Amino acid sequence: MSTVTSYLSLLRAEWTKFRTVRGWVIAMAVAALVTVLLGLLSASGSHASCSKGAIEVPCPAPPLGPGGEAVSDKFYFVHQPLEGDGSITVRVTSMTGQIRLPDIEPGVRRVTAGVVPWAKAGVMVKDGLRQGSTYAALMVTGEHGVRMQHDYTHDTAGRPGGVSKESPRWLRLTRSGDTLTGYESADGERWTEVGTTHLAGLPATVRIGLFAASPCDLLVTRGDFGGSVGQCRFAEATAVFDQVSPQGEATGGSWSHDDVGVSTEPDGTPHHPGGFAESGGTFTVTGVGDIAPFVDGETVENTLTGVLAGLIVVIVVAVMFVTAEYRRGLIRTTLLAAPRRGRALVAKAVVIGAVAFVTGLAAAAVAVPLGTRILRANGNHLLPVSLLTEVRVVVGFAALLAVAAVFALALGALFRRGAAAVTTAVALLLLPYLLATASVLPLGVAQWLLRLTPAAGFAIQQSIPEYPHMTGHYAPQAGYYPLAPWAGLAVSGGYAALVLALAVFRLRRRDV
Amino acid sequence: MRATIEVNGLRKRFGSVVALDGMSFTVEPGRVTGFVGPNGAGKSTAMRVILGLDAADGGSALVGGRPYRSLLFPLRHVGALLDAGALQPSRSARNHLLWLAHSQGLTARRVDEVIELAGLRQVARRKAGGFSLGMRQRLGIAAALLGDPPVLILDEPFNGLDPEGIVWMREFLAELAGQGRAVLVSSHLMSELQDTAAHLVVVGRGRVIADTGVAELLATVSGDRVTLEEAYLALTRNAVEYRATGQEGAR
Repeated sequence: MSTVTSYLSLLRAEWTKFRTVRGWVIAMAVAALVTVLLGLLSASGSHASCSKGAIEVPCPAPPLGPGGEAVSDKFYFVHQPLEGDGSITVRVTSMTGQIRLPDIEPGVRRVTAGVVPWAKAGVMVKDGLRQGSTYAALMVTGEHGVRMQHDYTHDTAGRPGGVSKESPRWLRLTRSGDTLTGYESADGERWTEVGTTHLAGLPATVRIGLFAASPCDLLVTRGDFGGSVGQCRFAEATAVFDQVSPQGEATGGSWSHDDVGVSTEPDGTPHHPGGFAESGGTFTVTGVGDIAPFVDGETVENTLTGVLAGLIVVIVVAVMFVTAEYRRGLIRTTLLAAPRRGRALVAKAVVIGAVAFVTGLAAAAVAVPLGTRILRANGNHLLPVSLLTEVRVVVGFAALLAVAAVFALALGALFRRGAAAVTTAVALLLLPYLLATASVLPLGVAQWLLRLTPAAGFAIQQSIPEYPHMTGHYAPQAGYYPLAPWAGLAVSGGYAALVLALAVFRLRRRDV
Repeated sequence: MRATIEVNGLRKRFGSVVALDGMSFTVEPGRVTGFVGPNGAGKSTAMRVILGLDAADGGSALVGGRPYRSLLFPLRHVGALLDAGALQPSRSARNHLLWLAHSQGLTARRVDEVIELAGLRQVARRKAGGFSLGMRQRLGIAAALLGDPPVLILDEPFNGLDPEGIVWMREFLAELAGQGRAVLVSSHLMSELQDTAAHLVVVGRGRVIADTGVAELLATVSGDRVTLEEAYLALTRNAVEYRATGQEGAR
């Protein structure tokens, strides 16, 4: 009889042990059920509607970018048609703006001069004016120097520094087939390539021109209960261009200008309009809005808010799976049957991990599709993610439950006392998550909790990434974790493995 | 595999208490060997060491020539009954035997066989938590027999049995030994082993006081009333430590 056979026998024995205690099986089913029901409850309590004057209307869906993600596509565009290959060259001599300050007297608007870090102005090639269409743009920014960006989620850094009359920046964007290349220069003679990109499916005729946009000014303040609160205030950016020279078929005519994506007041006038003026070859473009991913909305993981209740049940069952044996002296029978003690405990961990995984998979596979359907039916716009991401959230949720179960079981084996093990598991796994996401801690502390504690694994649920080229309030309470999804899960898994190793070490050394 | 238990110079301390003080004996196949001695003599500790549950400070214990912890499917070599109460109360008797069987690569058919052997058919699907001590002992015997092992180690199997159960157990043990198995049965009451054990290992204070056949032991006792009990008491008189340790019960 081989070692493998004996190990498989142990796995089978532990599975038999688990399934023959009806209470544990029922508890696991309850864990799944609670997760699903709480998720659906929270989804059905989440309604969204927008008002148009006095009427309530469904909120407009955010445009979708070429990658299928929700995007902001709102900017002022001064453009011409371009057929086939061509380019545009400009000199940017100034970038200024204004930011609204909080009202002191109601109705009296206060503003201050300034540009936000990701205010952007420059040259762009875009597939028409439809929001969400493919584009490539070369730009100067408020605080991040020259950037080349395309299709909302991609960003390449060029030379740092701002622009002024004394230190202008030349920008050139060329199109050759589906290849777009950006160049920059300080003097219009010596050029440096910033980046190159391929826009698949870019039609022969595109719009080429100048643009300006400014996302709102994000102000993060300490909340009343110690957390952080993000507040977004109106900002606009104005750029001055000269030496504007479009090259290519169909260019050279008059300039069109559009306030792409501008929102309108009930009476049809634009709300916070941008603007454009030309005088003697100098173009002044003012824009409001952003060309970037759009991340305000419901996420798929919002349907999994029942995880905490589910996890508590899973932790209790996992702990009892081992401490019940200590309580009854059954551990001796187990070790008589499996005198290689490490294997006996690992077999137990594998079985409870697998059971928790299946429980989590079943819960998430029901809660996510059903929950998102309810959210949509309630007028919410769900931030679209790729199928792969959705699968990762579902499978990752199951893996998180599995890791939690192994962690709890290992603590149970280490302490041999149910109450102590459950308390410790909850304190190390759930409490840091609760504290970090409940806006009671400063942002930094919350993020460190989710890096260093076993709660790091909750990161596996995050479906919308943090975009470095967009200012955002990337806080745990908003669903942003400091570690990448799998990295976070690896931290939790590492803790589980560590405690399991300690438990094996202790079990091997001691008389039972 | 040889049907023997070989214990050689076992030593074990629990703090300042010496539980095993160089204990040596051999259990041969084909007969029931009684393992007797007063409470605290080291019987249970010796059994736990043989079964790999406790680690000895010195000496060796082999079953069938091998240390217990080296056995891949140990229940096929050694069947043991230590604590009949060690059961998950909400699991049925049959399922208790089933997980044990699965751990040794055995099938449910073998489970039903030992249920039959131990006379548990009527109650096999009831929760073990509701079992009387006598029924638990039978369940423990069934578990020990699962792997059809050549060696059996039973700690106080008569505990909690009614008179009918005691008779059943005696006959059962004799039958198992008759099949060529080595059967080691501990007891603190000599009378339980009367008519069952062919050989006795008498221990006290962690050592073997006598390792002898029942007949030989009886021959050494002088006096009018020749009983095993008296022979035993004469042997262990000096080995009893009144209220000294309580090890046997505490562990």
